[in-house]
Amino acid sequence: MAEAEESPGDPGTASPRPLMRDLKAVGKKFMHVLYPRKSNTLLRDWDLWGPLILCVTLALMLQRDPADSEKDGGPHFAEVFVIVWFGAVTITLNSKLLGGNISFFQSLCVLGYCILPLTVAMLICRLVLLAGPGPVNFMVRLFVVIVMFAWSIVASTAFLADSQPPNRRALAVYPVFLFYFVISWMILTFTPQ
Amino acid sequence: MAAVDDLQFEVIYLCQMDLQMRLFRVYSKEFGNAATSVAANPDATTVSIEDPGETPKHQTGTLRGSGREEDDELLGNDDSDKTELLAGQKKSSPFWTFEYYQTFFDVDTYQVFDRIKGSLLPIPGKNFVRLYIRSNPDLYGPFWICATLIFAIAISGNLSNFLIHLGEKTYHYVPEFQKVSIAATIIYAYAWLVPLALWGFLMWRNSKVMNIVSYSFLEIVCVYGYSLFIYIPTAILWIIPQKAVRWILVMIALGISGSVLAMTFWPAVREDNRRIALATIMTIVLLHMLLSVGCLFSFAFWSMVLWEVASTAGKQNEQSQQEN
Repeated sequence: MAEAEESPGDPGTASPRPLMRDLKAVGKKFMHVLYPRKSNTLLRDWDLWGPLILCVTLALMLQRDPADSEKDGGPHFAEVFVIVWFGAVTITLNSKLLGGNISFFQSLCVLGYCILPLTVAMLICRLVLLAGPGPVNFMVRLFVVIVMFAWSIVASTAFLADSQPPNRRALAVYPVFLFYFVISWMILTFTPQ
Repeated sequence: MAAVDDLQFEVIYLCQMDLQMRLFRVYSKEFGNAATSVAANPDATTVSIEDPGETPKHQTGTLRGSGREEDDELLGNDDSDKTELLAGQKKSSPFWTFEYYQTFFDVDTYQVFDRIKGSLLPIPGKNFVRLYIRSNPDLYGPFWICATLIFAIAISGNLSNFLIHLGEKTYHYVPEFQKVSIAATIIYAYAWLVPLALWGFLMWRNSKVMNIVSYSFLEIVCVYGYSLFIYIPTAILWIIPQKAVRWILVMIALGISGSVLAMTFWPAVREDNRRIALATIMTIVLLHMLLSVGCLFSFAFWSMVLWEVASTAGKQNEQSQQEN
């Protein structure tokens, strides 16, 4: 499979790109993640706006209260940000070193967009936590996180697995599994102060 | 019997041909057209490259079978000479290009699984490096095994803390996220600095005493990385809050990974002074033990110990207050 062209948009236009067009492109990619099919849209027209929005949303929801000075608490905003982006870069480098023919930014784009199900899980968890703690509460959150985790893995694998030679697919997919597992763990163990 | 001899001869012949083809390919890259002109006559090329003195040893070694330790070494001797040559030729890209680093990830899925299996089942007499790595050290295994281990330790330490304090009304669950960075520093430092120190030490001893077996730095990193794999299921099973179970698990993990390391490095130091050889092996195992104590124990065991101490002190306080 030949490496798909990187197409960051129209560099030569004189007028500024309309915001609605960009938002529509991001929304279209969200749909592709929610209903994963083998399509090239995510790879061809990569952009990093979607991943940025998702990462910021997730980090805002996951961060511990800044006024809370407890030492061993949840992650700070910056820590979540660093984990997501550093993790995505590491996975991309790993995939390229193993001989995959996906470009750097395409891979970042796919991994970033596939955090969408986990962000939805975080929203649901926060809503469920408003009902008060308890074992039922925990089981509901556990179920939601597991389903969304599986969804993320399936969505990202659908896009990334094809770019690897068949005898190394498992090697390239395992770090993706680890990455989303860590994010799911952070979501599941989120406790409001 | 004649059929068996024929088969063994076939195997030897194929091994030699394979090696010759690999050598030929490597040299043809270096010498370009000059090599392609002799491509029609591979036998001529290979006779000039190969040391004829080594060939009969290689054959007799294979004929006797690879079960005996001397033959393992003999094979290791020839292999190390030839593979040092191949290894030197393999990494021919300059270190600032991407292709240079790609040579460290030149493994397939089944190879990684084989290496992990080899680290879990140390067989006496079989050398992990010679058997599984064979001059193709990879950085994929060590890096991702360390990453998995870091998260396994952090998560299981957190869970075991939670289970210990389950039911206490005053306990508020915290994810203890900062422990991940501490675990990451310790484990990656261990996986890189200890092999570096060991490699430096072995190189220094090699200059004094001629050793049959010598390892490259990446092979040592590889062995250490794969030997850490056993700690991943150990860390997960550490969630069980029974002291006896935890001690048994740590002993098993230390036994398996320690023996893999000891059996890998024993041939490298055997030729040396008896005391130095034994001291080296003991240091390797001791450092491994320190890692287990440092990582596994610190997260769950010490917190459990501290909690027990605190609770007994609290009870004594209450009793003394009631008496007063």
